Amino acid sequence: FSPVGKMFRAVVRLSTSGVRSLARIRPCYSAPLASRCYSHAKVETDEEFDARWVTYFSKPDIDAWELKKGMNTLIGYDLVPEAKILDSALRACRRLNDLASAIRILEAVKDKSGPHKDIYPYLIQELQPTLIELGISTPEDLGMDKL
Amino acid sequence: MINCPYTPIEIARRHIGQTERAEYNPYLKMLTSRALVRGLKSGFWRPLSSTSSVQAAHGKDMSPDVLDPSVQQYNNRLDTPLSDVPFVRNLNSEQRQLKEKEKGPWTKLTKEEKIALYRLTHELTYPEMRRGSSEWKTVLGGVFIFLGFSGMLVWWQRIFVFGEVPHTLSDEWVEKQTQRMIDMRINPVGGFAYHWDYVKKQWK
Repeated sequence: FSPVGKMFRAVVRLSTSGVRSLARIRPCYSAPLASRCYSHAKVETDEEFDARWVTYFSKPDIDAWELKKGMNTLIGYDLVPEAKILDSALRACRRLNDLASAIRILEAVKDKSGPHKDIYPYLIQELQPTLIELGISTPEDLGMDKL
Repeated sequence: MINCPYTPIEIARRHIGQTERAEYNPYLKMLTSRALVRGLKSGFWRPLSSTSSVQAAHGKDMSPDVLDPSVQQYNNRLDTPLSDVPFVRNLNSEQRQLKEKEKGPWTKLTKEEKIALYRLTHELTYPEMRRGSSEWKTVLGGVFIFLGFSGMLVWWQRIFVFGEVPHTLSDEWVEKQTQRMIDMRINPVGGFAYHWDYVKKQWK
């Protein structure tokens, strides 16, 4: 016997025996606790997120506004962008002839890492081929990481 | 209501709490006169606020255009790496040449040129944005100055305002008082006389 069934029978018995002075007994909730009411939307995987952003910055005729909007939005997220996204963004800067933005992106990413000091060196290491190819100096190279 | 000192409108105004309005109260009117307020604003606050002349000296473009919030502005924000507009918008010929050079391969740019390009677009670097100020020293100094000043006031008050202390606080009186309290066995369990050793005639 399930204890739930017994409870229901007890409820029924009490009410049929005419004990009207008792307050009406609340029905027992038998719904299983495992299912929660979360949204059924599909969660984007990390790879999909990265791919989306790489595609965004890879647009050949990207304009300055789109670059700014994309970068500002990306920095607004609670994450440090992957090297491939940054690579795409730096190439977008090159297409727009905007070195200042390229350096700014590197600074922003370093700032975004916060206390995790090992993220930025890793990213620079990953981006090294691109930086050399495009001729982008890191803020450290230019002495702009010091006050 | 014939002998009432207030006119009906005064009664009504007082009822709805309007008596303090400048239009009604001639003294308040004088204090809040536009001339006085304007004088205060320009005479006192102007040097403290950053005026357009001060900001122009710092290289910011303070034309009426920039003061208009409906026009895009440059701002230094950690969460917005790329601002809507570049910091320096009116380029002189040298800067324009540099911008032309930027269109070519960046490997050909010198370090100084790269820094110059960065500074054209951005006013402050991230470390500069994050830099703290020494304001806390000013604040702490101010706090101590005012505490010191208050201390001076308290001391002055002690010397020049307060009279003599009552004679019952003199050493002689307190001695006699203490002896009496011991004799009376004040608080013999946990308090005063408890601490006196009656055998050795001294404090425990």
